[in-house]
Amino acid sequence: MQDNLSRSDTLRGLRDGLPIGLGYFAVAFSLGITAKSAGLSPFQGFIASFLNHASAGEYALFTLIGENAAFFEIALVIFITNMRYLLMSAALSQKLSPDAPMLHRVLVGFGITDEIFGLGIAEKGRLSVRYILTAFLLADIMWSSGTFCGIVAGNILPAAVVSALSVAIYGMFLAIIIPPARKNRVILALVAVSFALSLLFSAAPLLSDLSSGTKTMVLTIAISAAAALLFPVKDEKGGRA
Amino acid sequence: MRVYAYILIAALVSFLVRTLPLTLIRREIKSRFIRSFLFYVPYVTLAVMTFPAIVNATESPVAGVIALIVGIVMSYLGAGLFPVAVCCCLTVFIVEFFTK
Repeated sequence: MQDNLSRSDTLRGLRDGLPIGLGYFAVAFSLGITAKSAGLSPFQGFIASFLNHASAGEYALFTLIGENAAFFEIALVIFITNMRYLLMSAALSQKLSPDAPMLHRVLVGFGITDEIFGLGIAEKGRLSVRYILTAFLLADIMWSSGTFCGIVAGNILPAAVVSALSVAIYGMFLAIIIPPARKNRVILALVAVSFALSLLFSAAPLLSDLSSGTKTMVLTIAISAAAALLFPVKDEKGGRA
Repeated sequence: MRVYAYILIAALVSFLVRTLPLTLIRREIKSRFIRSFLFYVPYVTLAVMTFPAIVNATESPVAGVIALIVGIVMSYLGAGLFPVAVCCCLTVFIVEFFTK
């Protein structure tokens, strides 16, 4: 009986992990092109993707490697770009049994991505660790393979195709931020303000000397903190990022 | 070698960010300010990283601007991550093909 249950959790994990993995592969492929221009080998790209599995964080990581940034800057930027996972991790802790073993907690935490978190939160009642880890592992392997292939194929593809693929990651970012902006005016205003200040920081004298990572960090903290003070979210909304 | 150091630092930080709340905090975050701040962070980060970077990523800036507009319109109409990403790529490819 127990065995049957486990097997069906594995199958469910594969079923739900596959479509996520296919999307990941395509986006990671374009991320691989960024990684290649930063000088990463296919193997390094695979490892970086397998361990980090975060599009925004890795994009920042590869850009900073290309700029030869300081180590502490990498740590800070990764912390900022992945900060939303703190909240997701806290939310998922409510879905595990209070006496869930430490190893389960660590593994579920390691597997948090926006999409895997979505699967976890959609589960009724307690989260099946086997289900969520199966989905994550499949998706993460496809994510890492996509990065690997992007770095390899960056050599083979004509410049016009590389140029076209380099916007895939931004298309994905837009698809994440625009739909909520349509429903929530505060988010809409935040996106507009972020665009404007980001442009200012990349064009204005002095400000444009800042590295892209520092710029992302400073603007994220300043704009989000201002929004949190001016427009605190109602209790239920804050639970999901 | 330095690249591996970068990768390991990034991996360690993202590992801690993901696992610490799950292992340490078993109650909900109470502070309304922190909850609101964390709620807004992903949107601001992604917006800051998207523009004007998308315009500088392509060979011709015009293609980047049009891809940005196409991406915003499609996302607004409710298209998913994958279709939006593909259409942005196609837009750049087509615009650059005809403007060269």
